[in-house]
Amino acid sequence: MNSRKLGTLAGQAIDFAPQAKIEASQPASETPKQPRWTHIHAPDVRASVSGTAWRGMRRELKVFLANYNALFGTAILLLVALSALFAPLLYPGDPLEMVARPFLWPGQNPAYPLGTDSMGRDVLAGIVHGARISLTVGLAATALGLTAGIAIGAVAGYFGGLVDDVLVKFIEIFQTIPSFVLLVVLVAIAQPTTATVTVAIAIVSWPTVARLTRAEFRAIREKDYVLAARSLGFGHARIIFREILPNALPPLIVTSSVMVASAILMESALSFMGLGDPNRVSWGSMIGAGRDVIRTAWYLTALPGLAIVFTVLALNLIGDGLNDALNPRFSEDR
Amino acid sequence: MAKLLEVSDFSVRFAAAEPVKGVSFSANPGEMLAIVGESGSGKSLTALGLMGLLPRQARVGGQILFGGRDLVGLSERELRRVRGRDIAMIFQEPMTSLNPVLTIGDQIIEVLRIHENLTRRQARERAIALLDLVSIPEAARRIDEYPHQLSGGMRQRVMIAIAVACNPKLLIADEATTALDVTIQAQVLQLLDNLRAQLNMAVILITHDLGIVAQWADRVVVMYAGRKIEEGLPDQVFETPYHPYTHGLLSASPRLKADYHYRDGPLSEIPGSIVSAAGEKGCSFRPRCPAARPACSLTVPQLIALPAGRQVACPYVAAIAEVAHVAPVG
Repeated sequence: MNSRKLGTLAGQAIDFAPQAKIEASQPASETPKQPRWTHIHAPDVRASVSGTAWRGMRRELKVFLANYNALFGTAILLLVALSALFAPLLYPGDPLEMVARPFLWPGQNPAYPLGTDSMGRDVLAGIVHGARISLTVGLAATALGLTAGIAIGAVAGYFGGLVDDVLVKFIEIFQTIPSFVLLVVLVAIAQPTTATVTVAIAIVSWPTVARLTRAEFRAIREKDYVLAARSLGFGHARIIFREILPNALPPLIVTSSVMVASAILMESALSFMGLGDPNRVSWGSMIGAGRDVIRTAWYLTALPGLAIVFTVLALNLIGDGLNDALNPRFSEDR
Repeated sequence: MAKLLEVSDFSVRFAAAEPVKGVSFSANPGEMLAIVGESGSGKSLTALGLMGLLPRQARVGGQILFGGRDLVGLSERELRRVRGRDIAMIFQEPMTSLNPVLTIGDQIIEVLRIHENLTRRQARERAIALLDLVSIPEAARRIDEYPHQLSGGMRQRVMIAIAVACNPKLLIADEATTALDVTIQAQVLQLLDNLRAQLNMAVILITHDLGIVAQWADRVVVMYAGRKIEEGLPDQVFETPYHPYTHGLLSASPRLKADYHYRDGPLSEIPGSIVSAAGEKGCSFRPRCPAARPACSLTVPQLIALPAGRQVACPYVAAIAEVAHVAPVG
């Protein structure tokens, strides 16, 4: 069977006749090594197939690694993360300091490859340092939002009934308020520091996670293995964290990568409007500062803008890749 | 001998219907009791009711005495201590009753650690011993595998290992072998029977397969539309079924006796289908019964106690033999 397939691939003509003759003349001795009926459900046959111990994890990793878009996204994100990590080494000192003549265009002075802005600040130093705040805020806000969203969504989805009604109404309150307006209000009330911006972004982004978690929990809590766990005397917490949550994780992981991207966007938007931390350079604040001179020095807006675009694109590509790898609809029965 | 389980007048009621209407049965320690009946007869709900696993809307009536304690009034917390340790359950679908993201070892260890004070290492050793007990080859290696790496029969064995992990006194097997093919079915039942003897636990076998009942059960309860309609030793019940429904069930089962083999004629069937459990007056089998008479629609027939612990819920036992399609079978 296999050789026949290979033959076609190699471009050889297929001659079925001799094979058929062999099969007809000595059917008993010509037993194929592998069973032809690969769909068979006889347990022993399946048991012999299932010797590969790592199939689960490896398959998902393989799918992800075979996805060039996802790899491209991972590479960009790594670059951003590395520059954020090594920013104090690459550009020691305050990136908000004036270091050269204002309005140096990119390439004009090799010491400042991306030029300087209207105040004579190094643009590249700003972008590298800006990666720090973007990633910190993005990751921290996502972590906070995920924790709150999963906790509330899990409780609502698992217990159902009155608890569910109350929590869903609570989630809806947050969802009906336009999220960016809420964000601006929250930051305006509190002092605009990195911490408050992070918390504010988490507050506007948890409802999505909560709804998703609730939906997953509602579906999974009806599964047989949850009933089996109940029949064994498992407590609620154990069922939620050990039985349901691990099975609900794939869509949540996918969402979280997109959440980081949107948190970065929200942080940039806040900084652009001057509502970010004034003492830290951020991509958004750089765009905001460059806006006044967009006609004469457009690169001041475009360069940090590109940084945002590529980072967000990278995260979305990773999210897509994770979705392909983890979505149960694309994977075999798990 | 003191009864291990004594269910009396157990009923399950939902807002619109009452799928289980006052069932009474009992089980002795180490006994294999079979509950048979067609889909919708209330067998599974009875099983779930025994464990207190019914949906919240369900209202439960009657009494479930387990080791002298009534399980019906227990709080969720108290029930949790009974579940898994005193009463365990295995389900129909071995493919979906194991958590796909945990190794089978983790799932066995988890139960052991909930109910018994064991360290992780002790629990792991017990888990390997349990996998050995349910005849899983190379238990020490298999323990770290995921459910999807095992075949259906293997998974059901793992389910049984999990269920008997804490030496329960009662094991409920709800259609536990229905999803398996026949050879594996026999192995799993043999395993259950061995474990029953080794651990001295009672087994409630819920099934619609009469062949299984005849071969393995010590006693059989036949349910129809939420009521027990016949009870007795399998030999008696299969030799001389009293209730017309049991009669019908038996003649609808294929058997190897040449004259009753369905090669020579269509397999006998019970006409009609199980009536909706709601709003029924009189005998619920009446619309399908070949021996029905006008009086049947007046009152629900009571169980009649017969010699040797037999019970039947049909007052016209003597008349049954006259009906054509229920002529003596087997």
